[in-house]
Amino acid sequence: MAFLEISNLKKTFGNQTAVHDFQMNIERGEFVTFLGPSGCGKTTILRMVAGFESPSAGVIRFDGRDVTHLPTNQRNIGMVFQSYALFPNMTVAENIGFGLKVANMPQEQVRSRVDEMLSLIKLAALGGRYPWQLSGGQQQRVALARALANKPQVLLLDEPLSALDAKIRVSLREEIRALQRELGITSIFVTHDQEEALSISDRVVVLNEGRVEQIGTPSEVYNFPRTRFVASFVGTLNLLSGVVGDPSTGQIAVGNQNLVTTHPMTGAMAGQTRALAIRPEAIVFEPPQPGRNSLTATVEEVNFLGAIVRIRARLEGAVISLDVFNDPNQVLPQRGENVTLGFSRENLLVLE
Amino acid sequence: MKHQSRLGAWIAIAVGASYFLIPLIATFEFSLRMKRGEYSFEAYRVVFGDPQFQATFGYSIVMAVITIVVGVLLVVPTAYWVQLRLPKLRPLVEFITLLPLVIPAIVIVFGYLRIYNSSSLIPLTGSERATDFLLICSYVTLSLPYMYRSIDTGLRAIDVRTLTEAAEVLGAGRTTILLKVIFPNVMTAILSGAFLTFAVVIGEFTMASLLGRPAFGPYLQLVGANRAYEPSALAVIAFLITWASMGLIQVFGRNASARRPGAGKES
Repeated sequence: MAFLEISNLKKTFGNQTAVHDFQMNIERGEFVTFLGPSGCGKTTILRMVAGFESPSAGVIRFDGRDVTHLPTNQRNIGMVFQSYALFPNMTVAENIGFGLKVANMPQEQVRSRVDEMLSLIKLAALGGRYPWQLSGGQQQRVALARALANKPQVLLLDEPLSALDAKIRVSLREEIRALQRELGITSIFVTHDQEEALSISDRVVVLNEGRVEQIGTPSEVYNFPRTRFVASFVGTLNLLSGVVGDPSTGQIAVGNQNLVTTHPMTGAMAGQTRALAIRPEAIVFEPPQPGRNSLTATVEEVNFLGAIVRIRARLEGAVISLDVFNDPNQVLPQRGENVTLGFSRENLLVLE
Repeated sequence: MKHQSRLGAWIAIAVGASYFLIPLIATFEFSLRMKRGEYSFEAYRVVFGDPQFQATFGYSIVMAVITIVVGVLLVVPTAYWVQLRLPKLRPLVEFITLLPLVIPAIVIVFGYLRIYNSSSLIPLTGSERATDFLLICSYVTLSLPYMYRSIDTGLRAIDVRTLTEAAEVLGAGRTTILLKVIFPNVMTAILSGAFLTFAVVIGEFTMASLLGRPAFGPYLQLVGANRAYEPSALAVIAFLITWASMGLIQVFGRNASARRPGAGKES
């Protein structure tokens, strides 16, 4: 039995449905990310798990216990907010100790637990400071310590990194993940940043318009997106449309060029048009090779991005982007040049 | 060009300031002339020595403090709740709290006298304590616009919803949230509301006079009608009290703004 069970969760506001029939089981110690654009329902689900919103239908269970209608303050959860939400009138130590005091822990124990948390987030010297005296990254670490101090059953993180600048965001997300692993705490992380979601999670839930598009490990979601939405939202992706030739052998035509996919085309019939996807990093410049796909195209644009060079090429009815690693010795194609692009058959995805 | 525009500003300030300051200086100067042929603080000595002054001033201070406590206990939870759960009601609540500015005090007190007179169902004017209670209620009403405005502004300056949720997640109940999280963070706003209330209550005449309570306002009126120099001294004293209240608002407001999150350095 999963540690956190969410079944048939539904939420409507007036006549608008924010969450349709959400269903998920999360294992103990698992780190799950809800990923999606704003308004996709990810925060609404998180807020229902927290108890801030009551579901219109469905059940939420923590460790087998039904908490659907339990008030927030009895759920024993930890939460980190995008705006930090530290209490401005309290010092760092008082903030971290707030939940412990509310739970009537003896003063001595509160102090030692607070010290423990402070050293865990490496801010041991700043216990006496007020939140406004800290940087954004430090404030969010304090918020994390405060959320963890009560040893919650579940840790909820609502876009905790969105207010921080890029460098801090990366280092703090690594720190969050390391702490979460160390403490083995079941966590739900909400974000609209796909890179964040892929880098931090055990599993990613991609949501769109209140519905689950795909649930899977970061590599599954990235490499094998099930729907067009997942494909386009997670990472950059070349979308082409192709006409199915022979579904049994995976033959598909893009313009007048023939391609082969190893992925099964369930329910496809010859002559149908299907959406195809290829990751930019899967494509290389190479002469046609047996057992691989190849396309000829005309280079339209060459963008130097530092570590990688992104090239845009046009073929009949489509534009393809591809990434090559920057190599000072390599001769890059010029605009207007005709090139041959190659990629493996596994890398040609057929979307639902 | 720039010099000229600044000159215009200074003239405007000078005209505005003299409009307030000349009568004030004149009053002060007059209050010093009780002894013929010399300036002295004789009028102030007489005022401070008057047992009536001490009694009424003390009474009004007690009334003001109780009014502030009741007002704060009434307004903070109301404004908090409106902000958190019933934001649609805000215009209505704001309208209600502004009513005392629109309805003259004399109308309110006549209403009180009709409803709570000694032969009514709730004879609050029947005894002194009950009348004091009624007076406090009327003071709370009168100070509502100031109290509600400043506390509502204070609540808007903090993220009430997220702070409440953060505290709820940590296991806190409603009372703990109000006392430990909300009250301390709107303290500045409460204090400025409190000082305004204090200034209003200390000088209030209509309610106290018509309810027949020995407050400072009716005393001011009494002295003003019967003496020459003392009323000027009292006016100056009253001004000083008001200004002290305003000054304290400034002091607390400044301390608070120095503690704003924006003062901290980002990352």
